[in-house]
Amino acid sequence: MVTKKEIKLSFVIALWFMVLTFPIMVIKVNTIKHIVIFRWENLLWTGIVCFFASLIWNYLLRIKEEKKKSDTKDDIPIVHRLLQNEKFRIPFLAAICLFAIAYPFVFSMYHTSILISALIYVMLGLGLNIVVGLAGLLDLGYVAFYAVGAYAYALLNLHFGISFWVVLPISALLGTIFGTLLGYPVLRLRGDYLAIVTLGFGEIIRIILENWDELGNGPRGIGNIPAPSFFGHQFNQHNSVIYIYFVVIALVLLTIFFVNRLENSRIGRAWIALRDDEIACEAMGIDKFKTKLTAFALGATWAALGGVVFAAKTSFINPMSFTIWESITILCVVVIGGMGSAIGVIAGALVLILLPEYLRAVAEYRMLVFGALQVIVMVFKPEGLIRSIRKTYKFEKTKE
Amino acid sequence: MRLFNIILGVAVVGPLGFFGIKEIIADPVYFLELFLGGLTRGSIYALIALGYTMVYGIIQLINFAHGEIYMIGAMTALIVASVLGLWGWNSAVIVILAIVFAIVYSCAYGFTVEKIAYKPLRTAPRLSALISAIGMSLFLQNYVMLAQTPEFMPFESLIPDFQFWEPFAHIITAVEMTIIVTTVITMILLGMLIKFTKIGKAMRATAQDKIMASLVGINVNRVISTTFVVGSATAAIGGVLIACHVGQVNFFIGFLAGLKAFIAAVLGGIGSIPGAVLGSLVLGISESMFTGYFWSEYEDVFAFTILVIILIFRPSGILGKDEISKV
Repeated sequence: MVTKKEIKLSFVIALWFMVLTFPIMVIKVNTIKHIVIFRWENLLWTGIVCFFASLIWNYLLRIKEEKKKSDTKDDIPIVHRLLQNEKFRIPFLAAICLFAIAYPFVFSMYHTSILISALIYVMLGLGLNIVVGLAGLLDLGYVAFYAVGAYAYALLNLHFGISFWVVLPISALLGTIFGTLLGYPVLRLRGDYLAIVTLGFGEIIRIILENWDELGNGPRGIGNIPAPSFFGHQFNQHNSVIYIYFVVIALVLLTIFFVNRLENSRIGRAWIALRDDEIACEAMGIDKFKTKLTAFALGATWAALGGVVFAAKTSFINPMSFTIWESITILCVVVIGGMGSAIGVIAGALVLILLPEYLRAVAEYRMLVFGALQVIVMVFKPEGLIRSIRKTYKFEKTKE
Repeated sequence: MRLFNIILGVAVVGPLGFFGIKEIIADPVYFLELFLGGLTRGSIYALIALGYTMVYGIIQLINFAHGEIYMIGAMTALIVASVLGLWGWNSAVIVILAIVFAIVYSCAYGFTVEKIAYKPLRTAPRLSALISAIGMSLFLQNYVMLAQTPEFMPFESLIPDFQFWEPFAHIITAVEMTIIVTTVITMILLGMLIKFTKIGKAMRATAQDKIMASLVGINVNRVISTTFVVGSATAAIGGVLIACHVGQVNFFIGFLAGLKAFIAAVLGGIGSIPGAVLGSLVLGISESMFTGYFWSEYEDVFAFTILVIILIFRPSGILGKDEISKV
């Protein structure tokens, strides 16, 4: 398994990292009180962790190489196989449905409210999955469209008293418009510029919201955003959380339905083809620009929908909710869950959002782990946790 | 299209030029201050933008972690300077050691980042490498934040107020002057490295055609590593200088500086080294003018607006060649 040479190499690498991280890990200066603390134990930990990490890293790299050489067809992920199995599928889905319905009545409001935020991320992740996973466009400013949705609801409600259900389609439309407006100039260019421009756009929206006091109270934000009503009936606080929970579940189901239908449609196939090979795609007569623009605009639509739900759920929004970290978190959900795979994204969102909520003690390491995971996933398993399966058509020979 | 561009250019530049001349006549000292401030800012952008543009020129990847390398340079300088300062070393020695450590450590980080996050992905799709780069940037930011502190740390300026500079100090401070001079020297050294040395030649060859370069006996992997190391070194110099200028450092400074430098690189024409310098100076000066004459709170918005405008009208940048896409 592990050769002597690899151990030696890992030892050298561990030493290298101990030297590399020395000033930042070991020395801690307090420039105000003029104290320097040396944390030698960190040096030891870094060494040990790097030694084993390097061993595993090299081992995984070797396995990856061997896999490439042998060129075996790796099998379908277990989740997909289970779902394809008729016997298993119906009880499995029924169990999930039952669990989802019973959840808010069994668990407390706190747990329900956490699950709502995770489900909002499922929606956002599925929306971003259209852009990143299917069409292969890196969007780092996804949160901008989320902010558009949230502020659309807050402002329309504040000034005109428009209710949640009316705002929902309006904000979806707004999201599409913003997505098209931003995508129009940028999507003509090569892919990597899109990452930077969207990153910039996300920051611009946040800066404008922070500085334009007349629009949304600046950093103070907008409060008292009403929860959605049920045919004019407003629930009390406890019931309204449960109600929002079901609204979100319905929206998530709707999203899954749409995404699933889109994936297997003409345009969905065009997205996937475009992601894999642009030139071949153009040769097949697919309009590159239009196809990308649809993906981008549809992704933005879902972000705006998510924003409306978010505003209704928290009843208070300010620009701090729409920082670059949100975009990165949603991107992590998609990348780690599995680009292009709806099940992967759902699993990714639930794991990545719920886990840090319940592991409060290590929550501060969340972003560190996200960053490391992004690199690791890209290097060793670019298809993510649960990989998508390509639709294949099998022709069976008819017996004559 | 061309005519349209020219008309648009005149329509934008004309009123601006008119406004500019009016303002300059009204208050020439203020204008000079803004101009020199912009020049300082542009110099820093240039030092960072070089790393972006060199890496992009060779492996066509936006190195998102580059801003973090710059931040680590500034951090290391701060830590080394404070430790040595407490031990009561001579301030001249501290300055030199802090800068040397910052450069060495930034180079080591740049080298390591390339080996971990980019090398295994060299043949992978571009999107994978880009995501890996973002992951690396996120990791480095949080690593510094958790190991040190999320707060801003005050940075005692390493550059003394030179005696001989006293008469000019009301227009441009000694620190600003040092920044501009250091940048110019770094640029000249870098230009010589690329133009006259063997490794510089290998870099240019690799940028033109990787396969062909390896066929004529250039170790492409080593060239790529060297590029990362050189880019990191200039970023570290930028990091130390800006920390002296602004007087505080935290884990997040690399984000915005990196973005602005990237915009500058695109403005000048990404992949082109003179372009990166020119773009940085143009961006720095115009940003300074914008904040001085218009709204200071929309400073970052201005930079991004410039980026979008260039990408629409001249995606290859000021000095970049028009791109021919190869099949």
